[in-house]
Amino acid sequence: MSDLESFRSETRAWLEANCPAEMREPVRDDADVYWGGRNATFKNDAQKAWFEACRDKGYTVPAWPKEYGGAGLSPAEAKVLREEMAAIGARPPLSSFGIWMLGPALLHFGTEGQKQRFLNEIARGEIRWCQGYSEPGSGSDLVSLQTYGEDKDDHWVVNGQKVWTSYADKADWIFCLVRTDKNDKYRGITFMLFDMASEGVSTKPILLISGSSPFCETFFDDVSVPKSYGEDVPAYVGEVNRGWDVAKYLLGHEREMISGADGGNTATIGAAMSRNAGELDPIMRAELAMFDVDALAYAAMGEKFLDEIKVGKAHPAQPNMMKYAGTELNKRRHELIMSAGGSTALEWESEETSGGKPARNWLRTKANSIEGGTSEVMLNVISKRILELPGG
Amino acid sequence: MPLYHDDDQAMLAETASQFMGEEGAIAKQLRHWRDRDCKDGFGHGLWEQFGEMGFTGILVGEDDGGLGMGHVEAGIVLEEIGRNLTPSPFLTSSVLAATALNHGSDDVKGRYLPGLIEGKSVFAVAIDEGAKHRPETIACKAERSGNGFKLTGKKDFVVHGASADMLVVAARTSGSDSDEDGLTLFAVPKDAANMSHDAVRLVDSSIATHTSFDGVELDGDAVIGEVDNGRSILNAMLDAGRVGSAAEGVGVARGAMDMTVDYLKQRKQFGKHIGEFQALQHRAAHLYSEVEIARAAVIKAQQLLDGGSERASLMASVAKAKVAKTAGLAVREGVQMHGGIGMTDEYDIGLYMKRDRALQEFLGDAYYHANRVAELSGY
Ligand SMILES: Cc1cc2nc3c(=O)[nH]c(=O)nc-3n(C[C@H](O)[C@H](O)[C@H](O)COP(=O)(O)OP(=O)(O)OC[C@H]3O[C@@H](n4cnc5c(N)ncnc54)[C@H](O)[C@@H]3O)c2cc1C
Ligand SMILES: Cc1cc2nc3c(=O)[nH]c(=O)nc-3n(C[C@H](O)[C@H](O)[C@H](O)COP(=O)(O)OP(=O)(O)OC[C@H]3O[C@@H](n4cnc5c(N)ncnc54)[C@H](O)[C@@H]3O)c2cc1C
Repeated sequence: MSDLESFRSETRAWLEANCPAEMREPVRDDADVYWGGRNATFKNDAQKAWFEACRDKGYTVPAWPKEYGGAGLSPAEAKVLREEMAAIGARPPLSSFGIWMLGPALLHFGTEGQKQRFLNEIARGEIRWCQGYSEPGSGSDLVSLQTYGEDKDDHWVVNGQKVWTSYADKADWIFCLVRTDKNDKYRGITFMLFDMASEGVSTKPILLISGSSPFCETFFDDVSVPKSYGEDVPAYVGEVNRGWDVAKYLLGHEREMISGADGGNTATIGAAMSRNAGELDPIMRAELAMFDVDALAYAAMGEKFLDEIKVGKAHPAQPNMMKYAGTELNKRRHELIMSAGGSTALEWESEETSGGKPARNWLRTKANSIEGGTSEVMLNVISKRILELPGG
Repeated sequence: MPLYHDDDQAMLAETASQFMGEEGAIAKQLRHWRDRDCKDGFGHGLWEQFGEMGFTGILVGEDDGGLGMGHVEAGIVLEEIGRNLTPSPFLTSSVLAATALNHGSDDVKGRYLPGLIEGKSVFAVAIDEGAKHRPETIACKAERSGNGFKLTGKKDFVVHGASADMLVVAARTSGSDSDEDGLTLFAVPKDAANMSHDAVRLVDSSIATHTSFDGVELDGDAVIGEVDNGRSILNAMLDAGRVGSAAEGVGVARGAMDMTVDYLKQRKQFGKHIGEFQALQHRAAHLYSEVEIARAAVIKAQQLLDGGSERASLMASVAKAKVAKTAGLAVREGVQMHGGIGMTDEYDIGLYMKRDRALQEFLGDAYYHANRVAELSGY
C-alpha cells in the first residue's frame, strides 16, 4: 500500500471514530457553525467533541506545520483529508477568518514569535478575528483609506472608522489596515493586530437585505495600540508602512475562498431542483442544464487552478478571475434556485423554508460580487495585469 | 492527475504550436486553398507533413504503428489547429475514425491504419442523417446479403466525405430507427459502387457531403467491431470527437481572443487606445475568464476519457457545450471590437467566426450537449 493509501485508510478510520453523526449533517443555520473565540459556546456536545478531536489532531488547520497547531500534512494528504471529510459530509470543525485570511499572511510574513503565538491561538480556536479593511470612503479604492495611527514611540494612537467589518461585534481581535504615513499612498499603510476590547473600540451592527446582521461599523476613538506584544511579537505584520503588500497577499486568499475554487459552491443543481419541484418546464430545464454545464466547467477550472498554484504555473492575478467567475456563477445559481422554488421560495419565516433560507441565501449571494473586491474591480485587474490592456 | 500539461505534453504543445504557426498558418493554408477554390478544402501536402511529425497516429496504439498517446495529446494538436484555423482531416481521421478503427479487427486495422499514420489516407465519418446531430436515431440500413451487407440510405454533414479514402458509416442492421441495439459500424472504401457524394462548400470553406448509399455492396470484413453491437463503439468515437472538437474550439476561441486583445492595444480612437475604454476592458476580461474555464473543462474531459472514467461522457458534453458558448462569445466580441475592419474579408477575425459556426454544429451544439448533461445527471 502506498503511503497515501494508508493515510487514506487511517483517515477514514479516524473520522469514523471521531466525527459524530450530528456533525455529518449539512449546516442549516449559523448556530451549526463553530467560530471559536473567548466567548464561544457550543451548540451541543457533538459540536464540542468534533471540534476538540480535530484540534488535538491538528485538523482545524491540517496543512499548517505541527509547531503552529496544524497537522503538518502535505498538499496531497490534505487533499485526501478534504475528500474523506466531504465523503461523509463532515462539517468544518472550526470556521474562522484567522484560518482563512490572517493565518496564511502570518505564515508568509510573520516573525517566528508571531507564528508561535497567533497561529497556535487560531488553530486552537481561542481567538476570533475580524478584518478591518474597508472604510466608508474607501471600498474599491482601498488604498485611499484614512484611519490614522499617530506614532507615539512605543505605541500608536488610532482614530478612524471601518465599515462592513464582518462579525466585529463577536470578534476578539482585529487585523486592521491603518495609515501611518500621510505622504505616501501605498507605502504609508501598516497592517496592525489589536484587541477589540481595547479602550476606544466600538461597533454598531449593519442590517443586510437578507435580514441578518453579521456586519458592523467599527469605530476607533483614540485607541492605543502598542508596537509590540513581547519579544519577537510585533503588533504589526511585515514592516511598518509596508502593510499594503500584506493586505494584497491576503486579498488573494480571500478571493480564492469567496470564489469557491475549492469546490464549495460549484455543485450542479439540475437534478436537485427536479427532485424538489417535480416536473420541470422545458425552458427551466434548459436553463438548469446550461447552468450545470457552467458549474461543472468551473469546477474543472477550480481544480486546474489549484493544481497550477501548487507548481507556480498560475498567473498571480488568476484569483481575480476565479473570484469574478465563481461569484457571478453563484449568484446565477441562487436565481435559479429561487425560480425553481416558486412561491415557496418567497416565504420569509416559514418552517417549510427553515425560516426563509432560500430567499435569504439568494439575497446574501448578491454581496458575493461586492465583498472582497467587486466584479468590476476584478475585471479591471484582469484587463490590466493579465491582458495588459493600456491605461490607468 | 493534475490539470495541466506535464513536461512531455508541454513539449508536444511547443512543437505543435511552432509547426501549425508556420506550416498551418492562415495565409499559407486556409486562405491559400480557399482562394483557389480547392475541391478538398485542405492541402494533402500538409497532411503528409502531419504524418512526418507523428501527429496522425497519436491515438493509434503502438502495436499498430501509432504513438499510443491519449486525448490530451490529440487535444494539444487540435488546439493549435483551431488557433491557426488550419484545415486538415485530423479530427475526422486521426480522432474519430482512428477511435473506431482501434476497436476493429486486426484485418481492418491492417488495411487502414498504415495509410493514416503516413498521412496518405483521409477518413471521414458518416453519422448524421439530418441538419442536426441526432445519433440516437439512425435509419440508414445495412441488410444481410450473401456473405456481406447491402447499404441503403443517406448521410448528411459528412466532413471531407468526397476526399476520403474510407468512410466510417453507422447503419442499422436490425431493429427500428431509435433503438439502442442493432447498429453496426462499417468501413466503406472510397471506390464502393453505388455510393455518391453531393459535395458542398461550408461557411468556413471546408467541404462536406450529402452522401447516398444506393445498395452499396459490402463484404463481411467491412464491419468494425461486432454486428448489431456498434452503439458502444459509436459512443466512444463520438465522445472522442466531441472532446477533440471542443479542444479545437478552445483554439479558435483563444486565437480570436488574442487577435482582439492585440487590436485593443493598437487601435486608437478619440486620442486613446481603444483598450483604455473600460467598456471594452471588462468585456475582454470577461471573455478571458470564460476561455480559461472552457479550457479547464476540456482538459478535464480529456483526462477522464484517457482514464476510462465513467464520468467521461458527462464531461465530454460539458466541454463541448461550454466551448460552444465560449468560442461563440469570443468570435462575436472579436468582430465587434474590431469595428468595421472586422467585417472585411481581408482581415482574419471573420474567419474565426466562420470556423466556430461550423465547429459548433459538428457532433452536437451547445443545446444538444446541455440536454445530454441533464440526461446523464438524471433530470
Ligand atoms: C457582505 C459584505 C461583507 C464584507 N465584509 C468585509 C469585511 O469583513 N472586512 C472589510 O474590511 N470589508 C468587508 N466588506 C467590504 C467590501 O470589501 C467592500 O464593500 C467592497 O470592496 C466594495 O467597496 P464599496 O462597498 O465601498 O463600493 P464602491 O467602491 O463605492 O463601489 C461602488 C460601485 O462602483 C464600482 N466601481 C468602483 N470603482 C470602480 C472602477 N475603478 N471601475 C469600475 N467600477 C468601479 C464598484 O464595482 C461598485 O459596483 C464587505 C462587504 C459586504 C457587502
Ligand atoms: C458594412 C459597413 C458599411 C459601412 N458603410 C459606411 C458608409 O456608407 N459610409 C461611411 O462613411 N462609413 C461606413 N461604414 C464605416 C462605419 O461607420 C465604421 O466602421 C464605424 O463607425 C466604426 O468605426 P471603425 O470601423 O473605425 O471602428 P473603431 O472606431 O476603430 O472601433 C473599434 C472598436 O472600438 C470600440 N470603440 C471605439 N471608441 C470607443 C469608445 N470611446 N468607448 C468604447 N468603445 C469604443 C468600437 O465600438 C469598436 O468595438 C461602414 C462600415 C461597415 C462595416
